[in-house]
Amino acid sequence: MEKATEMVKDGMTIMVGGFLGVGNPLTLVDALVDKGVRNLTLIANDTATPQLGIGKFVVNKQLKKAIVSHIGTNPETGRQMITGELNVELIPQGTLAERIRCGGAGLGGFLTPTGVGTIVDEGKQRLVIGGKAYLLELPLRADVALLSAHKADKFGNLVFRRSTRNFNPIMAFAADIVIVEAKHIVEIGEIDPDEVMVTGVVVDWIVTGKGGNPQ
Amino acid sequence: MNSKEIIARRIALELKDGDVVNLGIGLPTMVSNYLPKGVNIMLQSENGFIGLGPLKDVDPDLVNAGGQPVGVVPGAAMFDSCTSFMLIRGGHVDVTVLGGLQVDSKGNLANWMVPGKMVPGMGGAMDLVSGAKKVIVGMEHTSKDGEAKILVTCDLPLTGKSVVNVIVTELAVIRVIPEGLGLILEETAPGVTAADVVAKTQAKLTISPNLTTMKGLSN
Repeated sequence: MEKATEMVKDGMTIMVGGFLGVGNPLTLVDALVDKGVRNLTLIANDTATPQLGIGKFVVNKQLKKAIVSHIGTNPETGRQMITGELNVELIPQGTLAERIRCGGAGLGGFLTPTGVGTIVDEGKQRLVIGGKAYLLELPLRADVALLSAHKADKFGNLVFRRSTRNFNPIMAFAADIVIVEAKHIVEIGEIDPDEVMVTGVVVDWIVTGKGGNPQ
Repeated sequence: MNSKEIIARRIALELKDGDVVNLGIGLPTMVSNYLPKGVNIMLQSENGFIGLGPLKDVDPDLVNAGGQPVGVVPGAAMFDSCTSFMLIRGGHVDVTVLGGLQVDSKGNLANWMVPGKMVPGMGGAMDLVSGAKKVIVGMEHTSKDGEAKILVTCDLPLTGKSVVNVIVTELAVIRVIPEGLGLILEETAPGVTAADVVAKTQAKLTISPNLTTMKGLSN
């Protein structure tokens, strides 16, 4: 765990899996809150709640920027955004997911109808394909991805459980260093190849912890 | 029957057997309580699954898009956020039900921010309105201060442009004519006249020749 937290340094861009805290790597996040690493740019679906997972990064003022789809469950994020303490970039959830996928898939971007005619449209290139308007959205990558899994083997193959999966598998491809907190770690070969949800070739480090939920 | 129940009951009638449906958080979630007999739907949850069902035993790994513990029905499937939005944007969701701050005469919807006051973020709403085959807005007819929410033109930042198909309030069912051709008042709640609805609506309403009392309110 110590080694994992050492890889996250002040000023880095981090991606963290999870949806309203469910699927956040909670042990890893708590360790980074204790360490007090600062000036982070966070890419995640949301900023959870003030007392849970990555919500604590906001309360502890460890972020300079948050790139997320929703902040409604963490009033502190909204407060810091309004006072200008925290730069918040709001992105439609499907666009956020697909931008991360592009970042991990070697793609230069994609075209989406989402947000055409809204403020999301401002400053973006608009293309008309087959008579329909689309926005060009660009890939997103991070220095480090902090993910949770239900089960990992020692090669890094991952299995997720229920709704903790969310952004975790996509982010595993889109960062220079990928650290996974797994609830259960098993020997190589114990996970049937057909059951593997993310191949271990994209995972750099595995740590044990709670995985993706508070219990 | 309170306003929310009226709205939820009426919206439930818009759903057909076999539909794939995404219900927003809050009032829209109530719609699944009032499905007519014989109408079975699959509920999609944008945090990554289809087959959302009633809560039986709390499983901390399984929550809806509002973070609340839920259950799953037989036939459910789990997936990642990209797949979730492939379903949504790809036209595989038949109906989405969302709340609204404002809707206008062209079917524009504003429901994700009030500048300077409330900026929760759009979450999956912009994707849902651009991809779902049918967009139903369920909301109270006027604001708490009595101001119209069904307007000639929305003045809040939009969630989507020309996306709404049906507006259901505690007073009325209003359909949006495609291509920005206006709004049709089709049903009024019991005891509510077309004139009452018009008085509380800023946008121009065409009154349907087949105007009826709101359906689905009796068991």
